[in-house]
Amino acid sequence: MTTMTKLTLKTEGDTHILVTRHFAAPPEAVYRAHTDPKLVQQWMLGPEGWTMPVCENDARPGGKIRYEWKNSKGDGFFLTGEFLALKPYSKIVHVERMYLPDPTPDNHVETHFEPDGTGTLMTVRMTLPDAQTRAAMLATGMERGMEASYVRLESMI
Amino acid sequence: MSASPNLNASFAALADPTRRAILARLALGEATVMELARPFEMTQPAISQHLKVLEEAGLIVQRVDGTKRPRRLAKAGIEAMDQWLAMLRKAVEKNYERLDEVLAAMEPNRKGKR
Repeated sequence: MTTMTKLTLKTEGDTHILVTRHFAAPPEAVYRAHTDPKLVQQWMLGPEGWTMPVCENDARPGGKIRYEWKNSKGDGFFLTGEFLALKPYSKIVHVERMYLPDPTPDNHVETHFEPDGTGTLMTVRMTLPDAQTRAAMLATGMERGMEASYVRLESMI
Repeated sequence: MSASPNLNASFAALADPTRRAILARLALGEATVMELARPFEMTQPAISQHLKVLEEAGLIVQRVDGTKRPRRLAKAGIEAMDQWLAMLRKAVEKNYERLDEVLAAMEPNRKGKR
């Protein structure tokens, strides 16, 4: 299976990050997997080894988001956010910020779900306040992504 | 054993989050020390120290422009950035592979709508 080719992740303009991904399930299911905390908790975990013990996701305009992650070494961080607009089963607009431990500038996120054959094409468009914030965010994401490879690296040396 | 001492220096340089953020900033284009110092709330000497480490690791280069010494990514730095983006992609893809499984598990319950 060539699952890697299904994902695109790229920057757009100075302040956007664009992610697209195809899913075999219809938009209703993909939308639900983004708005039901019990489901979100099962997949939004990042690199191997992290869990999300706290997952609050009140999917209505003005509703609050709080995700807390931790790993087996006891490291952890969290994210808070608010829903701005929801259109079942096609669109979610929310803002979020990470605490590392200081809050990062707000990331404005629009997630679209469109029918794509029998499945769904999901488009996530993130807007950061400025180019430097976006660069810092990518670096932070990289940092988390890199952790697993560092562990592998350590075992190789 | 240690075929490439520069490789060790590169990994050491990349182990620091500020230095990774500096590289991410330089991925957007050349920048002066002052420009690099601004987002980090660090003094210029502190940033200069990080820049020295990155330079010695072969990740960035500087050029002379009057009194300024703007920095930019060296080829190795660009390759390192590409590698990081690939790893970020991997972390995101990992999420969505899990989501595929969650969706597959949801599907049977949704068939024929309650």
